[in-house]
Amino acid sequence: MKYDVAVIGGGVVGALICKELSKYDVKIALVEKCNDVAMGTTKANSAIVHGGFDAMPGTLKAKLNVEGTRIMPSLCGDLNVPYRNNGSLVLAFSDEEVEHIKVLYDRGVKNGVPDLEIISKEKVKELEPNVSDEVKAALLSNSAGIVCPYELTIAAAEVAVTNGVEFIRNCEVKAISEQGGVYELETSTGKIEARYVINAAGNHSDEIAAMIGDDSIELVARKGEYYLLDKSYGSLANHTIFQCPNKMGKGVLVTPTVDGNILIGPSASDENEKDNTDTTPEGLEFVLSKAFKSVPSINIRGAITSFAGVRAHPVTDDFIIGYSDKSDRFINCAGIESPGLSAAPAIARYVESLLIEKLSPEIKKDYAATRKAPVRFRHMNEQQRRELIKKNPAYGRIICRCETITEGEILDAIHAPAGARDVDGVKRRTRAGMGRCQGGFCSSKVVEILAKELGKDMNEITKFGGNSKIIFERTK
Amino acid sequence: MLSYDLAVIGGGPAGMAAALKAREEGIEKIIILERADTLGGILEQCIHTGFGLHYFGEELSGPEYAGRFIKQVYDTDIEVKTDTMVLDISKDNVVTACNNVDGLITIKATAIVLAMGCRERPRGALSIAGSRASGIMTAGTAQKYVNINGYMPGKTVVILGSGDIGLIMARRMTLEGAKVKAVCELMPYSGGLTRNIVQCLEDFGIPLRLSCTVVKTHGKERLEGVTVANVDENLKPIPGTEEYIPCDTLMLSVGLIPENELSKNAGIELDRITNGPSVDEYRETLHKGVFACGNVLQVHDLVDYVTQESQIAGEGAAKYIKGEKKTGEYVKTQGENGVRYIVPQRINRETDKDVKLYFRVGKVFKNVRLSVKCGDEVIMSRNKKKMTPGEMENILIKLDTIKSLPSGSTITVTVEEA
Repeated sequence: MKYDVAVIGGGVVGALICKELSKYDVKIALVEKCNDVAMGTTKANSAIVHGGFDAMPGTLKAKLNVEGTRIMPSLCGDLNVPYRNNGSLVLAFSDEEVEHIKVLYDRGVKNGVPDLEIISKEKVKELEPNVSDEVKAALLSNSAGIVCPYELTIAAAEVAVTNGVEFIRNCEVKAISEQGGVYELETSTGKIEARYVINAAGNHSDEIAAMIGDDSIELVARKGEYYLLDKSYGSLANHTIFQCPNKMGKGVLVTPTVDGNILIGPSASDENEKDNTDTTPEGLEFVLSKAFKSVPSINIRGAITSFAGVRAHPVTDDFIIGYSDKSDRFINCAGIESPGLSAAPAIARYVESLLIEKLSPEIKKDYAATRKAPVRFRHMNEQQRRELIKKNPAYGRIICRCETITEGEILDAIHAPAGARDVDGVKRRTRAGMGRCQGGFCSSKVVEILAKELGKDMNEITKFGGNSKIIFERTK
Repeated sequence: MLSYDLAVIGGGPAGMAAALKAREEGIEKIIILERADTLGGILEQCIHTGFGLHYFGEELSGPEYAGRFIKQVYDTDIEVKTDTMVLDISKDNVVTACNNVDGLITIKATAIVLAMGCRERPRGALSIAGSRASGIMTAGTAQKYVNINGYMPGKTVVILGSGDIGLIMARRMTLEGAKVKAVCELMPYSGGLTRNIVQCLEDFGIPLRLSCTVVKTHGKERLEGVTVANVDENLKPIPGTEEYIPCDTLMLSVGLIPENELSKNAGIELDRITNGPSVDEYRETLHKGVFACGNVLQVHDLVDYVTQESQIAGEGAAKYIKGEKKTGEYVKTQGENGVRYIVPQRINRETDKDVKLYFRVGKVFKNVRLSVKCGDEVIMSRNKKKMTPGEMENILIKLDTIKSLPSGSTITVTVEEA
């Protein structure tokens, strides 16, 4: 197939780039090696929209963070993605750390971060009663927020596909060659031709760049481990609570999620293996011990799951975004570690501007910039539920009892543009299986529904694509 | 809004027994709300035998045991709504539910019986390190795939936890041609029934490894193996004892949790140990007119006891509806010295029958004396050869004894040296 642009990588960056580019009259392919979007760093991070005071002034990180955080609320509104402007706190536990948050404050001001304040212990305790009494002061960032990173990505991909972008799953790019001004991508599912390539391949963006001879990108795979606590612990924190940053990152945070859980993490360990998302006893122990320092009443009995994500740390310590030195038709978006999620909306617009300079395409007349709000039975009142079920009885069948997810919502997730093809895909789109029983009751029902809707046998349905099969052959 | 004398939430063995008993006691308008598409609850997937020995005096399979009650229910005019999920119970006993036929329904009930059963503890609660590969599932989920859907959830299996479902699945998977490599139990004793250890593991040569746990899962897509290790007396893995076992499936049988989300939302007080509602001798919760029975009240190991308990709740609900249930002073119950909890948590001094106290112990006891005391006074006691955490115990308190207890007192069940 021939395209004007091939975007490699269906993470939050790739999906948002596709969404922005889909407003133009260009033929775009979103090439993803997994069975779904949001399968790498995007699905396992802190889900934070940072204020933007961490990165050094003048860096791309600083600029795109502040800009992305500014855009995020309206973007999430357009895409009907949950976002909450809950604000963040950086806690200082010693005089030295009090000095450090002043440095962060000054840096934030230089970066153009709005609404920063240094607040007293009393004010901290007033805002967050569960924070440790050891706290001395804190940096309050009122523009910070929380967002669901995979839902943002899924929504962006939906808009992109609705506007004509082709989403190609299970398509791993193996080699790239060039002939007569056209790139030829050799992939696991065949050849793809494109005039322009955007490399948004996350932890693998160095390898993708190297396929055109660009060896300039140097990444370190940095693993972060997390615990997720049950919603009954949701009131432990309202703001996102950081500790003072260190050279490995922003340290362990305690934050609410947009779904009402509490997330604690991440650890930070450099790995040899890029896709190693194994959790470790040491990593989880570290997360817990650090989180106790901020919020001593955290109870590990509330943990419903733990997970790890790997972020692509660039040795230059800044995002690498722009045309490759080797080609004026190949754009790198590499080293998108924290604050990558916050910056993603701005990264997408930046890449859009880089490409538009060259392509000067027309804007589509029928571009649909928004995504209709998905049905969320659990958020409805009695009257709304009554009417919904009357309209479509599938919304009257609860499949996931812990999160109150209906069959109708699962069908919607499967049939949406760039819809779910596996159990985890349904889970990320609907929350079926994300509750306290973690899919114990509903996963087999979700497998049944997926099989029926996709015209497959139950044993062909996977957890997350590839060989992640759930069941084998029929019993004797 | 629909109006009923009694709304029963859950159509498993507990809900059915409670509804039938209430009907026997003369209650007319009864409805059972069941989220699955048939009555019977989890028994429907328990195709092994061993059910009914106490209650029917014969050995039945799960579906057979359930079937007897299902038939009785359908022989009455007790109303049944299957495929129906209860969304909410309000403080004034209004039940909101939905399904794809009636849509959203609200039911005003004079009395409610909670019989929602329990769920399995998932992997996340255990914080096992390692990959998020497929092939890690609770034993109950695996049981559903095999017995209901008819698919093999794995070929080489390690089971963590020796709860009854895990033991049953060890045998079931072996019979279906899978290789069960080990059952690992964190504690130095099994959490399952002795008969299941004999019939499901020993008879098939499946090793039970006590004081052993899974410390890591391996495999990027489908599970490829687990690392197990022995644990010390603090249940911490002992370095150097790790062993890699290749397997494509890890089944978890690490505990059951009563499903009390509806109860919590209704403001019903729960017992910290059982995670079920705190109840009186007729299984009435602290929320007037709301009763609880079966695994939502306390996790049982035998369905026969579920049936008996639910009949008590059904009788209590009937008395409540007829205005015959005594309201008076209560005495409290409590466990001590290794007796983890007592159900019921309180007894009305003016009750009309003997009361059986149900409990579990926190560790294995051999040749001990089980005593029931009120203050320093020993009300009764008996010798016990063996008590284990995997088997629920009970002890009967005579009506005369209850009536003689001083007001405001507490009865304590305790374990002493014989």
